[in-house]
Parts: sequence; structure tokens; C-alpha cells
Amino acid sequence: MRIGVFVCWCGSNIAKTVDVVAVAEAAKSFPKVVYSTDYKYMCSEPGQSMIRDAIREHKLDRVVVASCSPRLHEPTFQRCLGEAGLNPYMVEMANLREQCSWVHERTPETTEKAIELVRMAVAKVAKNEPLSRSRMGITKRALVIGGGVAGIQAALDIADAGYPVILVERTPSIGGHMAQYDKTFPTLDCAACILTPKMVDCANHPLIDIWSYSEVEDVQGFVGNFEVTIRKRAKSVDESKCTGCGLCLEKCPVKGIPSEFDAGVGTRRAIYRPFPQAVPNKPVIDREHCRMFTAGKCGVCQKMCPTGAIDYEQQDEVVTEKFGAIVVATGFDLWDYSVMGEYGYGKYPDVISAIQFERIMNASGPTEGHIVRPSDGKEPKSIVFISCVGSRDEEHGYPYCSKVCCMYNAKQALLAKDKLHDVQTYVFYMDIRANGKGYEEFVRRTIEEYGANYIRGRVSRIYPDNGQLVVKGADTLLGKQIEVRADLVVLATAMKPQPDAKELARKLGISTDQYNWFSEAHPKLKPVEVLTDGIYLAGACQYPKDIPDTVAQASGAASKAICLFSKEAIMGEAMIAYINEDTCVGCGLCAEVCPFSAIELVEVVDRERSTRENQVMKTVARVNEGVCKGCGTCAAGCRSLSARLRGFEGKQILAEIDALADMVKVQR
Amino acid sequence: MKYAYFPGCSLESTGKEFGESTRLVAEALGLELVEIPDWNCCGATSGHALDHTLSIALPARNLGIAEKMGLDVMAPCAACYNRMRSAEVELRENAKLREEINSNLEDPVLGKSTVRSALEVLASPESLSRIGERVRKNLAGLRPACYYGCLLIRPPKVLGFDDPEDPKSLDEAMKAIGAEPVDWYFKNECCGASFGVAKSEIVVKLVGDIISNAKKHGANCIVTACPLCMTNLEMRQAEASKQRHENLTMPVFYFTELIGLALEVPGVRKCFASHLVDVNPVLDLIDRNLISTART
Repeated sequence: MRIGVFVCWCGSNIAKTVDVVAVAEAAKSFPKVVYSTDYKYMCSEPGQSMIRDAIREHKLDRVVVASCSPRLHEPTFQRCLGEAGLNPYMVEMANLREQCSWVHERTPETTEKAIELVRMAVAKVAKNEPLSRSRMGITKRALVIGGGVAGIQAALDIADAGYPVILVERTPSIGGHMAQYDKTFPTLDCAACILTPKMVDCANHPLIDIWSYSEVEDVQGFVGNFEVTIRKRAKSVDESKCTGCGLCLEKCPVKGIPSEFDAGVGTRRAIYRPFPQAVPNKPVIDREHCRMFTAGKCGVCQKMCPTGAIDYEQQDEVVTEKFGAIVVATGFDLWDYSVMGEYGYGKYPDVISAIQFERIMNASGPTEGHIVRPSDGKEPKSIVFISCVGSRDEEHGYPYCSKVCCMYNAKQALLAKDKLHDVQTYVFYMDIRANGKGYEEFVRRTIEEYGANYIRGRVSRIYPDNGQLVVKGADTLLGKQIEVRADLVVLATAMKPQPDAKELARKLGISTDQYNWFSEAHPKLKPVEVLTDGIYLAGACQYPKDIPDTVAQASGAASKAICLFSKEAIMGEAMIAYINEDTCVGCGLCAEVCPFSAIELVEVVDRERSTRENQVMKTVARVNEGVCKGCGTCAAGCRSLSARLRGFEGKQILAEIDALADMVKVQR
Repeated sequence: MKYAYFPGCSLESTGKEFGESTRLVAEALGLELVEIPDWNCCGATSGHALDHTLSIALPARNLGIAEKMGLDVMAPCAACYNRMRSAEVELRENAKLREEINSNLEDPVLGKSTVRSALEVLASPESLSRIGERVRKNLAGLRPACYYGCLLIRPPKVLGFDDPEDPKSLDEAMKAIGAEPVDWYFKNECCGASFGVAKSEIVVKLVGDIISNAKKHGANCIVTACPLCMTNLEMRQAEASKQRHENLTMPVFYFTELIGLALEVPGVRKCFASHLVDVNPVLDLIDRNLISTART
């Protein structure tokens, strides 16, 4: 056995507190070490070639790199060993940076600790065994959950690359929030005009299947090999017969149901499609309101339908499908401001949310785009917009910034002035956060060309007075209390996670942050990945985003899936858990503690107790190698030492502890 | 029911009518009030602004005595209630401060007694039904604007017996005696509080806003549960009227006075003598209404 030790300075990161030369010198005396040196940047190409050369020159068979955390550079040095002809798993890293130089001052003890860390790594690497990674097949088909602009973009990109996609959407139509908007900032493109072509592309794409009115029920498996159970809710309309003529929509006698798509400012009937450009453009029956289901009689739509497409007997269909990758694009929800007594507990009809104002401004909305007050249908002469309603507000809502409100406040103020020339708009803001391409210019345009009166301050109260609303607040630039009389007040309510985000995260085995936004794998460098391989995030299900950021991330998520599908097979991890089935007693503790649900209990033949005549079965744990992340929780928990972790075997850990104990003994 | 009664300074001076009417109404309802012996200042205004420990220690002494009496505290004055309740909550949550303060107290605070405002006690469902049973004079025709101010309902995390944005307890109490409280929007606006001394122009503006909104919504009087609100609302309405060129004359009552009136508690009418704004127009209105209802 010939071990080489390579001590890194990490520039001055390690070298300024640890005497790296002394560490390299001390390592020379450790058991089996035949070569030891130090270098300024071990991870650089010259550093790596130094390791490769030393392996050849000194016939090294094991290597210790004393540098940073293995989380950062273990793959780098594993590759380096592989290039030099060694098994990549014959390298160990001693973390002299995060666990030593960064947390201590420059003292002799710091260098001593560094020497101890290296000695432990040397003891461990001596017990290392060559490991290999397994090959696994890939189902080259993607599931996209959520049919908003994020899901639409991801589905189109994956399908355009030649891989089939199932796009699952909970509501009757794809389109998401973007389909509700009137215009988009800062270009004032009509949202529908730029979105509906993409929706139609989805519908017409030979490789995209849109499953609307459907939800994910269960997710099993692992990267390349997911098995997903999806409930296709009964639409009560046979899509193969329905031509989308819309006759049923006009004749349904159950009217006045608040329309979800119109955010409650418009109504729909019991049989409905959310909006005229819906995709698929075929209605569904809302069984909670339909008289056929609530009272057992009516049948008007069935009588009217010229193609006999109405089917009250239709059942939910639950199917299980295989996928190689999953794009999560479930979007956001909006905070309900009716908890705020300051703004009237949602009781004043002319205090509305910004999404309701979008519907009022939208030509396909309940007022056909005429800006009027909900209370009396009159045109407002004065509109107050209030930003940060529930955002940046720990008292009522969330501490975070919802990111898009400053921009849509400006957009709505501009469009209101554009439509109603004699309206006066006011925007109460905390800070104007307009940091996107063309955004700051857009806000200036709203203020300078469209005369919006921007007031820096919070609104403390809104109350009705003589048919108007009095908005009381602070102007913190003037240092005065002010009152504005408004005909209409529009609240920029916070973006919040979908109410069932936590539930979906549980099904997918992915994590969420404290608010229930889905957590990315790394906040800087892995913004579309999650900690579970093969699952990618797109859009505002991760955190509030505007449309360009959402679309960019959706394409990012799609490219991750495409990248996966472009491979013939997936290489599994080498350092994962395994079970000694001979000693396993099937207690199931490992399966219970596994954070990735990678362990299941299976029945196997008990070789010890079975005879030729009598086969005895027993329960043992089994690791799903595609799912295991090598965290070692099972190995730590196993009472019979049957669950083990490759690369962290008991003998390796004990060797490290022994090495440390020897050092302590010597020092004493 | 029996409470350790904390009058504080105002209920023996500027808010004497509040103290007196509270005692009379409590007696009429069978609530026994035992004054905390040798009570001291609650620490409002200067105390709590200058020294946090002192602001807790001052009410803590009163709380300690109440605990020894084995009683919960009733503090009618909104400022006293706010200070004592803040101290109660902080002493429960902050063990270190509790030890420090208790080491200087003859009667330590162990957290057994709780502090309630007179409004909280008298507007509880039990009290309201008891009041309802004892009403002898229905106050129909009285359309009070129920004014809560700030100290009685904020901060909600500490006080929390009523909704800070749309409080209802005073309105409920008024309904129980047959009055018809108006819907208005300045229930919990600031009256200017102690700016009444330092910067009275602020108080004039705020009092003007409050009374004007009450008038607009058809109120014929204002009802309050705070001596400081009473002082500001009564003292500054003449000046506010002048400034706004608007008749803002409006009688202001403590809610306990009106309950006493409805229960026909002997002696309660004496309280009205010390009001700065003439309350007789409203009292006459009630009496006329009574007569007319009796006739029909």
C-alpha cells in the first residue's frame, strides 16, 4: 500500500492560519505514506497534474487531499484519480478549510488539528476499497405538473427536443395566472395574445398530451424511472364527442357561481370553460353546483348537446404512468387580504385585489374591459393602488418581497390612465423595486407621462365616506399624514405558495422552505434542480417570479430533463447504502428513518432456516439504488449492523477514530 | 365575582366619574370590588417611556398584592389596564426579569392573577346577560358612537380581548341597554393622548376628525372607556368646532355611566355634573323617548 498526501493552501484560505508546509512534512511519517507535498491550489489544473504525476512516479495506490470540503471538490479529485488509472474512490479528503482554517486563529494548535485531520484521512483511505457505479435505464418521457406559462414552456421545449410529455393541469384549461392578465409589463403586450399561441402549440404538438382537470396522486421510483399515479377527474363531458360548440354553456340554468378565472368579480355557470380561448376548449361540469348532481334532476345540457357528449355517469380515471423526469410548475396563489381590518376585512366592494383589477381591465373579463367600480358600475375618477399588501409584512402576511407587485402597480396605473383619461391614480409604496430590463424606465413613464402620483408610505386605514373610500396613510417623504379620496382601491396582495404545496412536496419527496415554496438544490448554482434527481422546478412554485424569469427557468428545467434524456443510461452513485440480508432481521427501522424513502421491506428465502423440502421466508430491508443518496442514516440506525454505507464502512470510521486516539495518547 | 380593584390616579381625579360609575354599576351587578391596599402608580406615560424595568416593576408591585389577595385585577382606566397587562405578560414570559423584580417586592408575582379591563369584565357574555336582566330604563334613542381609542385594544398580542381593527365589546354593552350604536369608522383612531398637553393642536385636529365622523354617521353622543380619551374629546371639541367651522358639540359618556343610567343605579346621575360638555340634551332625549314609548 502506497499512500500520497497533498496539502492545499487554498491561496491564503488555509495557508494563513495553518502551517501547510509543516502539515505536509508531518504526513510523511504517517503509516503507509510514501509521498507528501503541498501546493497553492490543488484543484487547479497544475495541482491535479501534480497528483497524476505523483501517482505514476511514486506508484501511489491511494491519495489524501487535504483541502476543502468534499462537498466542493471530491468529484474533482475522484476524476483526477480516474484519469491516472486508479479507482476514483481511493481518494479521501481532509477538510482543512471549513473545519479548521476558517474557524480558528493562526496558532500552533490550529496546525496540530490540521495534522490530526490528515492523519485520520490517511487511516481511513488505507481501508478504502474500489467502488463502482451501477447503470440504470431511463424512461425518456417527461411529466410536467402545472399548465401555467412555466409548464407550457417546459412542455414545449422538452417535446421540441423529441421527447414525449404529459402536461397535467388541475383546472379545466391550461394557461394559469398569465391567461388572467390584461397586459404584461414593461412592453404592454396583451397577455393572451402572447400566451394563447403557446397554449395552442401545446395542444397541437404531437408529443404533448394535455391532461386537464387532473391531479398527481402518488409518485414512486427515482430518476429515469418514476411511476406516477394521476387522477383524471370526471369532466362529465365526453371529449371525443364534444365539438366545443358552447351551446350547453348558454343554456345551463345554474348561474351566478363566482368564476375562479375572473377572481370572483365575474360569474360562471355549472357547466363551463374558464375563458373563451381555453385549451382544451371543451367544457366541464362542476359537480358541486350542477343540479343533476345536487338535486338529481335538470339534464338541460344533455338535451341541448347536438353530439350527445354530456355523460353524467362518467367516473374519475386513475392511471399510473412511467416517466424519466418531472418538471414541477405548480405556480403560486394570492394572499387573502380579508384578514386586514385596516382595509375593511374584505367587506368594502370597491377595495379589490390586483388580480380582480386585471379581470376588470381585460377585454374578455366580466366588464369587457371597461374599468368600473364593483359597487355601482360607475367609472372611477380616482384610483389608489397599495403595494406590499401581505408582502414585507410579518404582522399580517409574509416577510418576503413578492417581487412583481411594484411593476404591475405601475402597469395598472398606466393602463387605468390610458383607458380613463380623467382618472387620477395614486400608488402607495414602500420602495420601488424595478430591477429588470426596461422596468425602471417603465415606472418613470407611469409617473412622468401618465401622471401617477407615487406616495412613499403605508396606508393605515380605508373607510367609506359619501360613496367614496377615504385612504389614510403616511407620506414619509413629506413626513405628514395624508388622506386620499378614492373611488376604487386596488391592493397588490402577496404571492404565496399553493395551499397544497406541502402535500405535493411530500408526494414528490422534495423539500420546501418555511413558507412552503419548493426548495432548490443550491440557491446560486442549482436553481432549477431539487435534492431529488430527475425533478426540476419551473416558475413561481419556487419563489415569486415575473413572466420572463419564469419562462427562463422553465426552459432551464426543460434543458435539464432533455440533458437527462440524451443519455443512454444513468450512472448510479457508488457511495450508497446496502443491506447484509443474511443478518438483517427486517425490523424496518432503516426504512422508517430514510429521508429519501429509498428502503423497502421485501420477502426473501431465509437460506439459513430453509431446507430442500421446506422453504422458509423472511423479511429484509432492500435499498433502492436509484433513490439512495448515501446519507448513512440507515447505517447509523441499524441495530444488527446489517445496513451499511459503501465508502463509510465501520472499519473505515473506526480506523479514523483509532488514528485520532493515537495522536491524543502521544500528546499526553 | 370578586376583583382586586385598581383605580389608578385618573379615576380619583380627572376621571372621577368613571371610577364612581364603575363602583356603582359593579355593586348593582353583584360584582365585588376590593381596592388594592396601598396601591401605587401604574407607570403609564413617563414611567414606561423612560425605564423599561421600572415600567414593569411599578405594576408588578400592585400585581403582587392582588395575588396575595387571591384575586384577579380589574383596572378600568385604559392606560392602567395596558400597563398592568403588559407587565403581567412580560413577567410570565421573562423569567430573568421576574426574578429580578420579585427580589425587590414584598409580595412576589407568581403569575396567578390576571388583569382585566372594566370593559372586558362588563362586556363579557355573563355580565351582558346580567345587565340585560336588570335594565329598568331602556336607552332607545341613544345613538352612541362607541369609541375605543388605542390603549384598550393595542397591542393585540398583549391585550387581545377585542379585535384591534374592528372592536365590538363597547357596542355589545350599549346594545344590552337598548341603545343603538352607530356604524362608524373612527372607533380606534388616536385621540392624541398626552399630546393634549404638549401639542394641543394635534389633539384638536384628531378630536375634530373623530367627532365629525361620529356626527356624520348619526351619533348623538360618544361613549368611551378611557379617561384620557374623555379628557381630550370633551376639552378640545369647542376649539375643533371653531377651527372646522362645524358644530362639533357632542356629549361624551363613560360606558359605565350609561349602564348605570339604564339600571337606574341610585347616585349615578351625580357623575354627569362634572362633565365639561352638557349631557342634558341627550338625557332629555332618552327621557322623552321613554315617555312616548310608555304612552303608545
